[in-house]
Amino acid sequence: MTKTSSNWDGAQMLVKSLEKEGVECMFGIPGGATIPIFDALVTTGTKIKFVLTRHEQAATHMADGYARATGKPAVVLVTSGPGATNTVTGILTAHMDSVPMIVLSGQAAAHMLGKDAFQEADIYGMTMPIIKHSYLIHDTNHIPRIVREAYHIATTGRPGPVLIDVPKNVSVAPFAGDPEAAMDLPGYDPTPAAPDPRLIQAIAGALQKARKPLLLLGHGAIIADACAAIRALAEKLHAPVTNTLLGKGSFPETHPLSLGMLGMHGTAYANKAMVEADLILNFGSRFDDRILGIPARFGRDAVKIHVDIDPAEIGKMIQPDIACVGDARMVAEALLKAVGKGDTADWLKRINAYKKEFPLHYRRTGGLKMQHVIEELFTLTGGKAIVATDVGQHQMWTAQYWKVDQRNNWLSSGGAGTMGFGLPAAIGAQFGRPKDLVISFSGDGGFQMTMADLATACNHKLPIKAIVLNNSYLGMVRQWQELFYDDRKSGVDLLGNPDFAKFAESYGALGLRIKRAADVRKVLTRALEYDKGPCVVDVHVHKEQNVFPMVPAGKALEDMIIEPRPRRGRPPARKK
Amino acid sequence: MQTSAIASHTLSVVVANKPGVLARIAHVFARRGFNIDSLVVSSSMEGNVSRMTITALGDPANLQQIIEQVKKLVDVIHCTDHTGEDVVVKEMALVKVHAGVAARTEVLQIADHFKAESVDMTETSMIIMAVGDSEKIEAMLKLLKKFKVVELCRTGKVVMARGEEPT
Ligand SMILES: Cc1ncc(C[n+]2csc(CCOP(=O)(O)OP(=O)(O)O)c2C)c(N)n1
Ligand SMILES: [Mg+2]
Repeated sequence: MTKTSSNWDGAQMLVKSLEKEGVECMFGIPGGATIPIFDALVTTGTKIKFVLTRHEQAATHMADGYARATGKPAVVLVTSGPGATNTVTGILTAHMDSVPMIVLSGQAAAHMLGKDAFQEADIYGMTMPIIKHSYLIHDTNHIPRIVREAYHIATTGRPGPVLIDVPKNVSVAPFAGDPEAAMDLPGYDPTPAAPDPRLIQAIAGALQKARKPLLLLGHGAIIADACAAIRALAEKLHAPVTNTLLGKGSFPETHPLSLGMLGMHGTAYANKAMVEADLILNFGSRFDDRILGIPARFGRDAVKIHVDIDPAEIGKMIQPDIACVGDARMVAEALLKAVGKGDTADWLKRINAYKKEFPLHYRRTGGLKMQHVIEELFTLTGGKAIVATDVGQHQMWTAQYWKVDQRNNWLSSGGAGTMGFGLPAAIGAQFGRPKDLVISFSGDGGFQMTMADLATACNHKLPIKAIVLNNSYLGMVRQWQELFYDDRKSGVDLLGNPDFAKFAESYGALGLRIKRAADVRKVLTRALEYDKGPCVVDVHVHKEQNVFPMVPAGKALEDMIIEPRPRRGRPPARKK
Repeated sequence: MQTSAIASHTLSVVVANKPGVLARIAHVFARRGFNIDSLVVSSSMEGNVSRMTITALGDPANLQQIIEQVKKLVDVIHCTDHTGEDVVVKEMALVKVHAGVAARTEVLQIADHFKAESVDMTETSMIIMAVGDSEKIEAMLKLLKKFKVVELCRTGKVVMARGEEPT
């Protein structure tokens, strides 16, 4: 039986409604509960591109990478039960970092719910605390309204993931509702109010009085597209700027006023500036514990101004002196008109002295360093690439050495710190921006969590460069054990790692290997030249390097360790 | 962060009447270690909007965060803390007392004093229904303790702002 738009079923309505919202890309894996929806992808002749992945978690990170790189949400389509539970990590990752995403999960038929039906999992209940909003559809006729609401909720205000759980009977039932049904969201109004002129005057007054102002930019500045306005503001005020891990790209890190990333592994000069500033103007950072050190000692002597779209962020970690709930861009533009030139010559002189005295540095001798590889690739590409990272030491070094100048070019799991994020995020980004160079930096540990999806990159001939910074360790944990647990290594040795280059070749990707510092440039150049599909570079780096500067957990920013202590009496290197 | 005195708070939450909204609100309280003392969910004038009255014990700074997080939920229309405001707060209690013929008069006297009434009576027991402030109900219970209180059931508080403005 052929179906036409006049007698669509729920599954077809679902696909058409998503298409209508502007969804272009879908990632996932089918199963019993979603076969009708997969069938609808064919029968509706939809323009939405479906990408089959090897794991549902990878599908969520692909949608996440796609959204971070393009600003537009993608859809994750998975089956019920284990298909749905496999998305939980990706939902958390997106939620913590305010990334829009729509997860469509199949579900057992409604009359079977609560009866332990085959592949029944209460994904709606399970994800409640880690999601912006969620739906369990009870009535096929509600589909257009729910899809419209889901898209709206995911993409507006503070963005985030939204789940739609679709029982099988709902997707197979005929649709007899209104395809144009309006949203019904009496409790949700994300439209930011225009900034209160008195508040703007108060902030402008404080800025003008400040002698040592510092701008702190978080992901919110990027999401609000406030970058140009904030840059103009910083330049007018002559105020230095630091950014969080997720704020990379909100302000050009190559700009003379930029101090790069602050926090636990931030630059020494950013942290020193934070300690000494007399005013902190925060656009869209949630004062995460990774940047605070000890909250009670954070910015003690500074006037703290917090601009955030989410009222719940105000005072959550830090009580600001001036709170401004609103859109970062609107606020920055209003401030730009309200302030005059800043007089910060002494402050900038002091900061520039810090930059000279405590630069990021490492030695290129004594084994191949991750920093070397990152810096070399940065030089070779001129920094013109979308960079995805995984989680661990390599992530922090990439954050330190890869200067991001443009929004949406930095994809890293901040709030959740999800290992396995890097490769699939890069894949998703490449789908969203096919013309741009996409590079992922992963550790050998995290890469193995989602590397099966190299198959997906190969199938679509995505020319991503997957750099595996291979230290044979769960390096970041090993670092903590070395520094804070008397170097007692426990559960960090990645004995049994595969040969990542051979692994890549077995999928039909280009596999390259770097073992010596002398080969770095040559091999990376080869990787960059290759355009027939993905390329994996297995880089054997020094095994026991530590990331510095470091603010130890539970210590204040001023207690940052800038240089490693010389190692004494270390046990002999382990045998392999 | 700040240490502030633990106090009892009465919140009213107006929500869109959608499935799951109560679970979402309960999550916010549970995650932050707040015990909900009482919870009343009822329909309001508009059919698709429900009203919840929640009383919870905790420190005010933390509670402020909870209110913000609750307000952030998509289906929550608003959430207000009425502690210290000019509001009418009432609850109802049913108290089953073990009281034979000999005790009856005294139990009824107590009930009468608190403008409560007896709603059930057998040879050996009575049920007293009291409506009013929590303090009044507490005071009545204290007196009734003299007899054997077999069972107690309280509705939890409902709240409404005084004057013509809605709560
Ligand atoms: C899914 C997940 N499991 C565990 C952790 C804890 N963790 C944080 S960093 C890290 C080590 C990562 O090792 P690797 O991927 O090799 O990167 P490296 O630190 O060596 O650069 C671990 C286990 C995590 N962040 N995510
Ligand atoms: Mg490693």
